[in-house]
Amino acid sequence: MAFNIYDFTTLTHDIHVGLAESFSPFLATTIEWVIVGVVYLIFVALFGLFLVYAERKVCAAFQQRLGPNRVGPWGIFQTIADFIKLLMKELIMPRKADWFLYNIAPFIVIIASFLAIAVLPFAPGLQSLDFDIGVFYLTAVSSVGVIGILLAGWSSNNKFSIIGAMRSGAQILSYELSVSLSLLTMVVFAGSMQFSTIVEGQRDAWFIFSGHIPAIIAFVIFLIAGTAETNRGPFDLAEAESELVAGFHTEYSGIKFAMFFLAEYINLFIISAVAATVFLGGWMPLHFGNFESFNHIMDFIPPIVWFFMKVLTVIFIIMWFKWTFPRLRVDQILTLEWKYLLPINLVNILLMALVVLTKFHF
Amino acid sequence: MSEIKEVIVKTDRMATDRYQVNMGPQHPSTHGVLRLLVTLEGEKVLNVQPHTGYIHSGIEKMCEALTYPQIIHLTDRMDYLSAHMSNEAVALCVENALQVEVSDRVKYIRTIMDELTRLASHQLWWCVYGMDLGALTTFFYGLRDRELILDIFEETCGARMTVSYNTPGGLMFDIHPNFQKRVKDYLKYFKTKLPEYDELLSGNVIMRERTEGIGYLTLEDAIDFGVTGPSGRASGFSNDIRKHQPYSAYPFVKFNEILDHRCDSLARYEVRIKEMWESISIIEQLIDNIPEGDYALKMKGVMKLPEGEFYQRVETARGEFGVFIISDGKKNPYRLKFRSSGFSNLFALNNMAKGHKIADLVAIMSTLDLIIPDIDR
Repeated sequence: MAFNIYDFTTLTHDIHVGLAESFSPFLATTIEWVIVGVVYLIFVALFGLFLVYAERKVCAAFQQRLGPNRVGPWGIFQTIADFIKLLMKELIMPRKADWFLYNIAPFIVIIASFLAIAVLPFAPGLQSLDFDIGVFYLTAVSSVGVIGILLAGWSSNNKFSIIGAMRSGAQILSYELSVSLSLLTMVVFAGSMQFSTIVEGQRDAWFIFSGHIPAIIAFVIFLIAGTAETNRGPFDLAEAESELVAGFHTEYSGIKFAMFFLAEYINLFIISAVAATVFLGGWMPLHFGNFESFNHIMDFIPPIVWFFMKVLTVIFIIMWFKWTFPRLRVDQILTLEWKYLLPINLVNILLMALVVLTKFHF
Repeated sequence: MSEIKEVIVKTDRMATDRYQVNMGPQHPSTHGVLRLLVTLEGEKVLNVQPHTGYIHSGIEKMCEALTYPQIIHLTDRMDYLSAHMSNEAVALCVENALQVEVSDRVKYIRTIMDELTRLASHQLWWCVYGMDLGALTTFFYGLRDRELILDIFEETCGARMTVSYNTPGGLMFDIHPNFQKRVKDYLKYFKTKLPEYDELLSGNVIMRERTEGIGYLTLEDAIDFGVTGPSGRASGFSNDIRKHQPYSAYPFVKFNEILDHRCDSLARYEVRIKEMWESISIIEQLIDNIPEGDYALKMKGVMKLPEGEFYQRVETARGEFGVFIISDGKKNPYRLKFRSSGFSNLFALNNMAKGHKIADLVAIMSTLDLIIPDIDR
């Protein structure tokens, strides 16, 4: 197996060939599915834990304190300890809760997140689903999660939960528009819905540079709408702690709560990864037109490192405004979407179309 | 007095979209065990019915069995963020009844401590207010500054929150030798930190949207409900006891009563921020001029108040606090009544929150700066 940190295509190809030689085609495909699933599962669990730790440290820095620093060096095992605690906790279900919906809701939320992660290109060759409607597929599956949230709120038999779920439904359905439209703006620019093509199109310059004004507007809108979609502050109305106790997951405990918790962080990762892929070039290193030597130096940094650097930067920005801004009210959130973001977005698509038509881009 | 209008909740089958929610006694935003029975239509608040008494501790009744110096220690436990002011109210009331005059030194120290307590209380209010709006970071900014005031308290009187520093006829102990220096250092420090509060929260566009025009309390309503303190002053109700009935060293200092006529949540917010600046100015006027003298008068071991009724009110961080003592000449009061600001302020909530969203209800309640033990006593 030829392992190359700069291009995983050969590695995955070798694995595929090796499996196909040893097993029947059906068995080989099944084993590949299992391997890919397990890899994603491990990655998501570890990255989720890392994000929880990062969030704690980042928010501690904003709040002039140290954050976790007791369990392990710099407290890095704190989230693992917390996760073990969550696993061991009793599962409590309200007596009059709807048994089936109550239990299935966390799975729907987390499955939606897993589905979305499948199309993300981590590095050349590290992408499990690469088909021509990637962006379309992503927006479709990422909106499935709201069903889980609505079900969780509805089935809990708790008024605070149902208020949280109602808010969440209104909010996510509205902001889905902005997310899709801002992605669509970039699809117009890239001329493709396939993620690999979108990344490849940014070889000379990232879209946020080459698409200049409309791309920057789309990026800002995508960040705002993406944050709203992940139910994070200042749009964390669905679980508004000071108003609704914990919103839609008030009645969940133990591992089921952990699933909602993990799903929130996976969604944070997905939104950041999509932002990094569509606007900031994905795994593509920083290239500037004719500066050959500069481009060559940038190529030395492996693509997967580039990808995670960009993702973490976007995650940091999203965390930054979570820990700085007060929460919006439910009518203000809808006003922001329908009266400001959506019209700006529609005009922006037109602007982008003009830019593409007149070739007024880099 | 304008009556509190009840919105009748029809329970027929068509009115399914009206429902009632119990906010409290255990709820993160009530800051204690206050229960609000909220009638909602979707997110809209139709009626708020506060239910008090979940931590009623019978302090007034307990006072009837205690001597006057002992009563002071119970007043700490009511409005624990304005502990020193409540102490002072009882001490002043007893001193007036016994017709003794404390030394200027005591007056100055009491006033400085009052204003430090007010600063600490407003700081805590500010950080909790930010949290109720969803800006969690404010909590740590406020507490960071408040801790230092509590350190000064700890050095001078041994306690951090429930100070019990007053006693009828003076103070428990003299100030710590470091007191003046530390207070001056603190003011210098805090004057650089207070603008940070504005940077973090006051100027924020979301915060403005959440407060401007929200929770309107008219001047008439403020007077009718007896909403005092910064909450009343934000409706243009001039009620500062420090101005109208000056006590302790307040006659000697120059300060402004902060009034605002906008009547909304933002006004209540800004009045408190401005009051912090006033408190700083008051302490600055006094801290260098503490006169020499006794820190306490020689009082009798057993204080017996003459027969009669005595009333003293002071301005705490959340409004007017009154002590009413009926004495029958014994060492215990015959009856003692506290007029707490929180109780009156709370019941204006229904008028202010009606018609707003549930998120605003939390934000409006927070601008009243309620302390639940102060309400329940």
